[in-house]
Amino acid sequence: MKKILAILMALALVLGLAACGGKTPATPDDNGGETAAAGNYSDIKIGLICLHDENSTYDNNFILALKEVRTELGLTDDQVLIKTNIGEDDSCLTTAEELVDEGCNIIFADSFGHETYMMQAAQENPDVQFCHATGTHAHNANIPNFHNAFASIYEGRFLAGVVAGMKVKEMIDNGDITADKAKIGYVGAFPYAEVKSGYTSFFLGVRYIVPEATMEVTFTNSWFDIALEREAALKLINNGCVLISQHADSEGAPKACEEKGIPNVAYNINTASIGPNTALVSSRINWAPYYKLAINAVAKGENFDADWTGTIATGSVELLEINESVAAEGTAAKVEEVKKAIEAGELQVYDITTFTVDGKTLDSYQADVIDDGTFQGDTEAVSDGYFHESEYRSAPYFDVQIDGITIL
Amino acid sequence: MNNPSKNTHEPLFHIAKRNSMVWWKAWLIRGAAILVSLIVCAVIIVSLTHQNPLEVYGAMVKGSFGSNRKFWAMLQSLSILLCISLAVTPAFKMKFWNLGAEGQVLFGGLCSMVLMFMVGDRIPNILLILSMLAASILGGILWGLLPAVFKAKWGTNESLFTLMMNYMAIQLVSFAIMVWVPSGSSVMGLVNSGTRAGWLPDLFGKKYLINILIVAVLTVVMFVYLKYSKHGYEISVVGESENTARYIGIDVKKVIIRTMVLSGAICGLAGFLLVSGTNHTISKELAGGNGFTAIMVSWLAKFNPIMMVLTSLLVVFLQRGAGEIATKFNLNTSLADILTGIIIFFIIGCEFFINYKIMRTKSGKEGK
Repeated sequence: MKKILAILMALALVLGLAACGGKTPATPDDNGGETAAAGNYSDIKIGLICLHDENSTYDNNFILALKEVRTELGLTDDQVLIKTNIGEDDSCLTTAEELVDEGCNIIFADSFGHETYMMQAAQENPDVQFCHATGTHAHNANIPNFHNAFASIYEGRFLAGVVAGMKVKEMIDNGDITADKAKIGYVGAFPYAEVKSGYTSFFLGVRYIVPEATMEVTFTNSWFDIALEREAALKLINNGCVLISQHADSEGAPKACEEKGIPNVAYNINTASIGPNTALVSSRINWAPYYKLAINAVAKGENFDADWTGTIATGSVELLEINESVAAEGTAAKVEEVKKAIEAGELQVYDITTFTVDGKTLDSYQADVIDDGTFQGDTEAVSDGYFHESEYRSAPYFDVQIDGITIL
Repeated sequence: MNNPSKNTHEPLFHIAKRNSMVWWKAWLIRGAAILVSLIVCAVIIVSLTHQNPLEVYGAMVKGSFGSNRKFWAMLQSLSILLCISLAVTPAFKMKFWNLGAEGQVLFGGLCSMVLMFMVGDRIPNILLILSMLAASILGGILWGLLPAVFKAKWGTNESLFTLMMNYMAIQLVSFAIMVWVPSGSSVMGLVNSGTRAGWLPDLFGKKYLINILIVAVLTVVMFVYLKYSKHGYEISVVGESENTARYIGIDVKKVIIRTMVLSGAICGLAGFLLVSGTNHTISKELAGGNGFTAIMVSWLAKFNPIMMVLTSLLVVFLQRGAGEIATKFNLNTSLADILTGIIIFFIIGCEFFINYKIMRTKSGKEGK
């Protein structure tokens, strides 16, 4: 036995050496012809700082959109530097500075906690544009080269909620459940405005179709934790939730749903491949329009928005392909109808007549729009009969606990 | 049946312990191990990514030495990892399995942050920084002392105890952030970014120089402490055999507690350097797994603080190289992690050939 092992090891070594020796001469053709960048993008160099890597649906959404833009604008691979697994600490600042050293003139960062480090990098490098997604400071920080961006994703989630509502309605119509059992579940990351705004708009979308629906929400306190997200989804399913959605970035929850045969609504990526029998639809922020806006501005040497909100109209808020084999009949048509109403301004997601807070109508709310560390409401967000989300600042500030939603 | 030796299976090789090896031979083996690991990595790089392995290795080197800034960032990561490795060393040398460095660093960091966040610029900066330092060290000591006292007095299992203390530190940090950041985002962000209160100042315009100098001094002190002091001697005797230690009149309980106080204090210092000298924030990820990596660094260096400079450099070099490869070649960092794993596997594995020799068994004639 040991003799065989020894012979095998010797063989492996020889083969290894041979393989290596064989490859070395083949290197020169690896360089590839460097194609000249198209037009005025030749001086552009883009950096992207991601909290996690492609395994996170959230980060992957940023990465894929940037690669798409790279192709569309005809940029070379060298013009786009993507740094993954960068923590929300000093390493973010160091990475941003390293990207500046490498000649980047526009740098994006994708995680909420990157913001203060990006602001510092912006102050120290006034010639480089720093764009931070989901952040809250740029609209009043007065740092000319620091920008925030987000999208009115609550509209996308409302549409996804409509798809979910159609499914729940189908269950009721089929007699699978009674209307009082129409409880859905939601796995959230952290209990703050971005997540609260997300699950509330999703829930209101469901209720637009099934007014009796209720929802249970549980938090994982992590943006990416496959095991925790899976556990959270299973807990909700055990509690009797008939449909699950999530705002956390792993595939833990959709996979748990596929195992249990519970319909799932995802965020940022199409999960049909991991949940062919349960994935309904995903809402997504398409970052490509913002990338292009910012990159074009830098290419032309122009200023651009300190705080930018993408919408359905800008192509920033998308509903990905509905999985027809899971979705209820007539879903696509209903979604189209609701989408038109939203675009026309006839339907407001946070219409105060559609929800109550502690049994009362929310006719006034001081939202914490100015992030000054006091965590006090400072801006009246309710007027004209609805809560104005992402209007006074791109990052969500709807953090109201509405009736019908139970936090576990 | 009549001749048992004939029926006994004789292995082709057998293993024997070496007495000792000339230093240059040992280093030759280590060098060869690294070379072989690089060849194995090259095969993997070529077969999985079709990249030129030499270019990949070049990018890896650039991750640490590519620019002045990268070099300093590398030194900064090195100093933190080295600091925590120095912290766990006396305990491990004593065969006290301190798996709680992560928690000790975190709790030490939390103590600093309490002062930095709550006292802020109400007291002079130098006073604030000194009290943060003291608080961190005391916090680290507390987190190291508890399992040590329980071990010394009641013989509890220190591995489980220290691991448990890690979770307690994580939960305490989460709790503190929840209280300080009522919005629920769990993100502290830069604390005192306007006033820089509680931030270790730049030295000669270099951001992490104070961190680096503190750890450099600490390395030398730890080397002397372990090698030439009475305490250091006691630690090695307790590590070799508690009974021997007792026989020659060493108070084992006292040594355990004293050593864990030291270990915890240095972890607390690392927490201070991370909060005050590096990140200026706190999160559950403050220690970033370094509390565990440090154990490997310390063992690889055979508990020699000077050697630890090299072993922690190796780990940091591989980590930073990994990130660089991922960016340069548009690869997932997992590939770099695989390469790192292979290289470390070979380096650890080659110690076997330094400590043991494989000998051809002489065809069983001599019997036994």
